[in-house]
Amino acid sequence: MPMKQVPQPISIFEKGSPGRMGANLPETDAPEVDLQAALGDLRDDLHLPELGELEVLRHFTNLSHINYGIETGFYPLGSCTMKYNPKINEATAGLPGFRAIHPMQPVETAPGAFEVLAQVQEILCEVAGFDEITLQPLAGAHGELTCLMLIKAYHDSRGEGAQRKYVLIPDSAHGTNPASAAACGYEVKSVPTDAHGNTDLEALRGMVNNEVAALMITNPSTLGLFEPNIKEICDLLHSVGAQVFCDGANMNAMVGTTRPGDHGFDCMHFNLHKTFSTPHGGGGPGCGAIGLMKHLEPFLPIPVIRRASNGKVQLETARPLSIGRVSAFYGQFLMEVRALTYLLAYGRQKMRNISRFAVLNANYVKARLRDVLPAAHDRHCMHECVLTATRYKKGGVRALDISKRLIDYGFHPPTNYFPLIVPEAIMIEPTETETKETLDAFCDAMIAICKEAEESPELLHGAPSTQIVGRLDEAAAVKNLDVRWIHPSRREKAPVSG
Amino acid sequence: MPYIPHTEADVEAMLQTIGVNRIEDLFSEVPENLRFSRELNIPDAMDESKLYAHLKGLSDQNVDATKVSWFLGAGLYDRFVPASVGAVISRGEYLTSYTPYQPEFSQGYLQTIYEFQSMIAELYGMEVANASMYDGSTSMAEAAVLAHGLTGRRKIVVSASVHPHYRQVLETYLWAQSLDLVTISTPQALTEDYSVVDDQTACVIIQHPNFFGSLEDLGKAHDAARKAGAMFIVVSDPTSMALLKPPGEFDADIVVGEGQPLGVAMGFGGPLVGLFACKRELVRRIPGRIVGRTQDHEGRPGYVMTLRTREQDIRREKATSNICTNEALMALAATVYMSALGKNGLRKVAEGTVRNTQYARQALAVQGARPKFEHKVFGEFVLELPRDASEVQKELIPRGIMAGLPLGPYYGDAWKNSLLVACTETRTRAQIDHYAAMLKEVL
Ligand SMILES: Cc1ncc(COP(=O)(O)O)c(C=O)c1O
Repeated sequence: MPMKQVPQPISIFEKGSPGRMGANLPETDAPEVDLQAALGDLRDDLHLPELGELEVLRHFTNLSHINYGIETGFYPLGSCTMKYNPKINEATAGLPGFRAIHPMQPVETAPGAFEVLAQVQEILCEVAGFDEITLQPLAGAHGELTCLMLIKAYHDSRGEGAQRKYVLIPDSAHGTNPASAAACGYEVKSVPTDAHGNTDLEALRGMVNNEVAALMITNPSTLGLFEPNIKEICDLLHSVGAQVFCDGANMNAMVGTTRPGDHGFDCMHFNLHKTFSTPHGGGGPGCGAIGLMKHLEPFLPIPVIRRASNGKVQLETARPLSIGRVSAFYGQFLMEVRALTYLLAYGRQKMRNISRFAVLNANYVKARLRDVLPAAHDRHCMHECVLTATRYKKGGVRALDISKRLIDYGFHPPTNYFPLIVPEAIMIEPTETETKETLDAFCDAMIAICKEAEESPELLHGAPSTQIVGRLDEAAAVKNLDVRWIHPSRREKAPVSG
Repeated sequence: MPYIPHTEADVEAMLQTIGVNRIEDLFSEVPENLRFSRELNIPDAMDESKLYAHLKGLSDQNVDATKVSWFLGAGLYDRFVPASVGAVISRGEYLTSYTPYQPEFSQGYLQTIYEFQSMIAELYGMEVANASMYDGSTSMAEAAVLAHGLTGRRKIVVSASVHPHYRQVLETYLWAQSLDLVTISTPQALTEDYSVVDDQTACVIIQHPNFFGSLEDLGKAHDAARKAGAMFIVVSDPTSMALLKPPGEFDADIVVGEGQPLGVAMGFGGPLVGLFACKRELVRRIPGRIVGRTQDHEGRPGYVMTLRTREQDIRREKATSNICTNEALMALAATVYMSALGKNGLRKVAEGTVRNTQYARQALAVQGARPKFEHKVFGEFVLELPRDASEVQKELIPRGIMAGLPLGPYYGDAWKNSLLVACTETRTRAQIDHYAAMLKEVL
């Protein structure tokens, strides 16, 4: 397949011409001022691009052509729930009554905004089976951190803060789990996974004691498997006074079918940017709501948004046991507007179809690929399947090579090498919004690639060969670190690389 | 079914391939007693036209900046956003992509992130910047935690003239790691007394322009930090950087800020975008993502996420931060904004802000109202009223004015009559005159 016929993109700093401007800005009619007198010494240079409006549009439009999103094609990136992001969500989030409001304006001047937040909270409470929701965390990892803070405050309130030093985390967990535990001042202990892909109960029993603050566990696990002993695990932790956090990144498997709050969890983070369709934006904004049970409620971050018995939404700020604020305002408000729009599109009658069809699609892909890429654990998977490519390793083909070759076939690769415990992992999450035809085309491509892996592995090693660049030298990127453009007039002072 | 394209024939064929009879059979691994059998107690499903009407109805209940003249800032500003910004960030190739883990398929986004890093570093006068943090407040908290990690010291000193919400977030983050917070009080709205800075101090954090709009003495803050061997961290509004000498010229170690003024909607406070810039020597400890330029095997230039061994997916509990998803789309908005305005446009916006602010400072001195301080300010100032600022603010809303932020709730009774008034470039002389007239009426 030929290289993509797009000219090598030029940096925006090498475009334009001094004196040009690409925006029709407001004209100020207030009197002129002597800036030096008003502000003191002024800066002398500012090296920003100088382009016309059309030039700017072309720059970013052309760059978009060498970028791939869900709207471009299938994006089965495991653990990321790349489902369709409905356009109506963008329309509602674009309403001036949402976009042009300020979190510090008087509460009574934004009743509609608080109503949005309250409605999202109420629906999430019911869907996940928790007593309380806060929308203040700004992403999944931020929700993890907030949950751990609640747990820390809870142990502190019982005089056990100093004693409970450890957080237990399965070896299959996402990296943010241990990183969040560390950011909350905890030491991490890793819990092994058994041969069936479940948490190793025997090992866990040996690790649970009154020095444990919490277990952070993902359900369904990052293996795409439902943890059948989850209730027993929660009971075990509770028996020594520890708490159980659910990493809810995989909530898409459960919506309307089973509720983490009923599994015995004390708290959980959601990724509304996965399960509830808010666009991921190329790495954010996320939207990291958390759910929790009553006993953690006193520690909720302030302000707490609550519907009073008269139906009015109120703000509580005087909460002496609160952990404080975890972000500046009310969370990712315009993302909550999108999430609410999505939640109401499904509503009472249709919500459970999300998990049903997500699980159907994942099992279909798993079944179609079983002869070329077996599942790491041969059980019904939930919303994603984790396959292993070990059989191609002896011929020199790695999971990453298969992924890179998929790019040549026009699909976004699945997640590779996660969870860490599966050798040559290929984690596929199709989501419920993909048609059977798309899944078939993808599976056909995977099967063809696996054949190539055996017959002409060089095709995989050389992949991708259809994009504007081939595989990039990541070691060189670190060694010759170049993370910004520098204006020529400054280059002697600060070398570009080094 | 909304967004789910399966026909009955599809489902049948798929179940047959899988080898089960019903979709429900696929959930056999979920223990019976954990299956949710009743109907969810949530609102009815809505069709698209009902959805829009429902949300539109809620949005109409809010007083927004398109309906009244807006003088409320306090860290988030009603700035003009060119239509080109929205046009770019709503493109599906950007909007609906994930973090660029596959660089060959994400060169477009990666290049824009590199350009973002370059522009933010330039604005702040710093050597490097990362790909974004959640918001200004968490960016500041992460900077403090980094200072602790680098110096091994446990005391964080912050000025009370830093945004009160940022200080609350800082307090939460420091509590979680058992670090100490000491606040310098600022009764005159400027940071003057650095006597608490000592050899236990990990960093000194000040905001410039500060929460009150006033310009701080960065040289003095820098010297206080350096003398104690502490790191020097500055929080700065990016728009002001078009005119002010950037913190980098005062040898700041880390500069953080809220990127919202660069083309992002106020959006009731989210999504925002945290800015984080630092000295090059800190780059290997920087939290969050960073994009670097490199080459492919044939020497073609390209971009990748780099210094990845700092990050949680590789380093787990030893990572420099737990951040994964950041605010890429808002960073893209800022990149388009800065590209469209460029050097001259950003200066024009900053100058318009200064002119409107200076004009309002005089025009609003009516009926005993007067500016509380004489300091140099950038885009906002404290107006001292003859009576309770919260009451005055409320009385001005039906008169078409969002007058500012009453400071009593944040700084105590001595500030009960103080109102923080912001003027961006989007205000007009007529709006300011109207504000003055209405203020006269209610006072
Ligand atoms: C299993 C799991 N947990 C946590 C996270 C962290 O979420 P976020 O990226 O929103 O911080 C992710 C996604 O990145 C994930 O896949």
